[in-house]
Parts: sequence; C-alpha cells; structure tokens
Amino acid sequence: MQRIINFILRNQSSLLYLILMIIALGLTIQNNAYHRSRYFNSANWLTGTVYGASFSMSNYFDLRAENDKLLEENRRLRLLLFNKDSIIPAPQDTTSLDYVISSARIIKNSFSEANNYLTIDKGTNDGVVQDMGVISTEGIVGIVERSSGNYASVQSVLNSKSIINAKIAGTEYFGSLTWNREDFRLVQLEDIPRQVPLEVGDVVVTGGMSSIFPENIPIGTIESFELGESQSFYSIDVRLFNDMTNLKPVYVIRNRNRPEILELQAAEDEF
Amino acid sequence: MNFSPFSGIIRFVGLVLLQVLIFNRMNLFGLINPMVYILFLYWYPLKENRSGLLGWAFALGFVIDLFSDTMAMHTAACITAAFFRPAIMRFVFGINLEFQNFSLPNSTRVQQFTFLALLIGVHHLIFFTLEIFSLTNLLLILKRVLLTGVCTFIFSILLAALFSARKT
Repeated sequence: MQRIINFILRNQSSLLYLILMIIALGLTIQNNAYHRSRYFNSANWLTGTVYGASFSMSNYFDLRAENDKLLEENRRLRLLLFNKDSIIPAPQDTTSLDYVISSARIIKNSFSEANNYLTIDKGTNDGVVQDMGVISTEGIVGIVERSSGNYASVQSVLNSKSIINAKIAGTEYFGSLTWNREDFRLVQLEDIPRQVPLEVGDVVVTGGMSSIFPENIPIGTIESFELGESQSFYSIDVRLFNDMTNLKPVYVIRNRNRPEILELQAAEDEF
Repeated sequence: MNFSPFSGIIRFVGLVLLQVLIFNRMNLFGLINPMVYILFLYWYPLKENRSGLLGWAFALGFVIDLFSDTMAMHTAACITAAFFRPAIMRFVFGINLEFQNFSLPNSTRVQQFTFLALLIGVHHLIFFTLEIFSLTNLLLILKRVLLTGVCTFIFSILLAALFSARKT
C-alpha cells in the first residue's frame, strides 16, 4: 500500500496529465459526433455575453457597407415585385405561409478553421432552434446547430461536417454540397452524374430535397469541374456568392412543415 | 518573478480576451490565427509545481475552446505543452535551472526565444493534428503548424516585450 501511494505521489503530474488528456480527447471525440455537446459551445451565456459586448462596439465600423448591401438587396426584390405580371395580391394570411423568416446578426464569425461555427444573437427566446437554415442577403450561410436563450451557434457551410442538398439552377440535377477545408471561397458539389451538361459559370442553388432550406436560394457559380475517381460523377468547385469573411445581417428560415415531413420520413424508415 | 493566484487570474483573463476578441479574428492571409495565449505557459514561474501548471493549462485551453467552438482541441494542446514544459526547460536552460535565484528575465535572449519556440512547436503540432485528424493530410498539418507557428512566435515576442517584467 505504501508503495502504491509513493508511486502515485512520485508520478502525480504524469498521472494528472493522463487524466486531463483523456478528458480532453473524450470531449473532442464526442464533439465530432453529428450533434455537438449540449453545453460546450459558443452559444452559452458566458461566451454570448462577451461576444455580444464586443459586437455592440465594433458594430458601428461598417454600417455604410452593410447599408449598401441591404439597399442592393431591396433594389433586387423591388425589381422582381414591380415586374410581376399580376397586380399585387390581396394581403395573405401569414399564418398559412410555409416558411417563416426572422432576422439576426452574426456576433462571431469564423472561416479559417477546419470546422467553422458562427454565433448569432437570436436564440430560443426568438424561436430559433436546431436545424433552421441561415442565409445572408447574397446566399446561404449555414444551419443552426444549437441555441441557448439569446444566442445560437450556426454550423457554417465552411465546415467539413456540413452536407447541403443543392442543384444546378434551372435543372433538376441535384447533388450534395460539402467543403474540403482548403479555400473559404470555394465549396464542393458532389454526385452530379456525368451526363449532365455543365458550363463554368453555371449557377448553383439549393435543391428542394431538404426540409431546411426553401428551393432556389443562390449558393454560387461553377468555378471548375472534373470527373471523380469513379468516372461517373463530377466533382465541382463552386465559388460562393457570399463573402464568408464579411457577414453581419442574416436571415433565419423556419419551415413550418418540417415536423410533418420528418414524421413521415421516420414512419418510412420503420418499414 | 512572484506569482500569486491573483496575478495568475488577471493574466488568464487578459490572455483569453486578447485571444478571442483580437487574435481569433485576425485571419492573416485568410487562414492564420496566432495563438498567443501560449504566453501563459511562457510566463509561468520556472519553479512552481507541475500539477498546478497542468490545472491552469487545462482551464485556459477549456475556456479558449468554449469561445472558438473547437471543443477540447486547445485544451489537449495546452496541457501537452504544459506537460513537456519541464523537459523543454531542462533542454534550454540546462544547469542554470539549479541556481537559487534564476528566473526568466535573467536568462539570455536566445534561451528565451528557444524556450518560447519549443512551447509553440509542441502546442501547434498537437492542435493541428487534432483539428485535421488524419495522417493523409500530413503535409497540410505541417504547413499549418509552420505558418501559424511563425506568426504566433512573432506576436508572442512582441507581446512579451510589451508586458515583460523589468530587468533586474
């Protein structure tokens, strides 16, 4: 017994290191599972408050650029509205809309890591919960992964775990959008079959297969493409419309039909 | 250099805020975020006990991880650097460590720089290995260790010069 205690005392720092390392690796591995640990992310009270305070100061520096972006978006939307064939329809019943959109601001951005997460200043108190889509004025940003009372963390498209259903605009050929961690301006579109005619510059938009994003939200343009190893599918580099390094105002999209769709899919899986 | 839990906490909070509010947003050339919080290990007294340092390193890494959504990668890198710190010290300072009143400010500049560089080397190697997590990307890991390491080193030296204890 004496010897065991002596041994422990003599090697206490090595043993402590081993224990701490096991805890750390355990957390890392758990974190690599699809949905991350419930408490340990930047959408908690402490980090949210610090980032919120910092944001409230730095907020003012690029107001002009931000306004220009919003003005440009308004122009685009008005262009669509005024050139519509029919006159403006009677006010719709907003409770029957499929998608509900709320606005939010990014208080922490990240794009240089292998798995990037953003933090936004809306949380469960504003109805933001897991698996809602996040877009900016120019294109998609990511998917809400965790939310606390006033903050939520968003899994960016620049995340090696992100998979988003996407298609070539104007066609019904769809594939999945992933990221190979190399360049924050380029994402990869996989699984487009080789018979599809492609051109550099074609626009890529979200597909209708996901219950998170509505169809036809712009993503980017085709930068280059080549046949993958199996020679039957293209792997395509897509240049994002979004400048992921400079994002502030974003929209969070909630699909009201999602619970119903998920229920149906779960029922299918049981058979 | 005297070290009390109080000055430790000040240093801790200061380095965390510096790291998450400034250096995590630096994105030099689009991909480099210097990790200057490693200075905590550099400034920690040379003769304090090892278990205490491991505890500090764990807490430091953990808080940085919370802020940057990189669960436990900073923690693992930080405690590994803390664990190898005594070995690095023996390598860098050698016999000088035995002297009663030897401390960081009265070592030579070359010794200080080597000490810092080795700490950064161990820390970054573990960090990027965990981040990228596959050996097929060995080249990518080495590239990022080297690039980020050089930047961390430069910024750490500047910060260390800014806040250094008066030379005795």
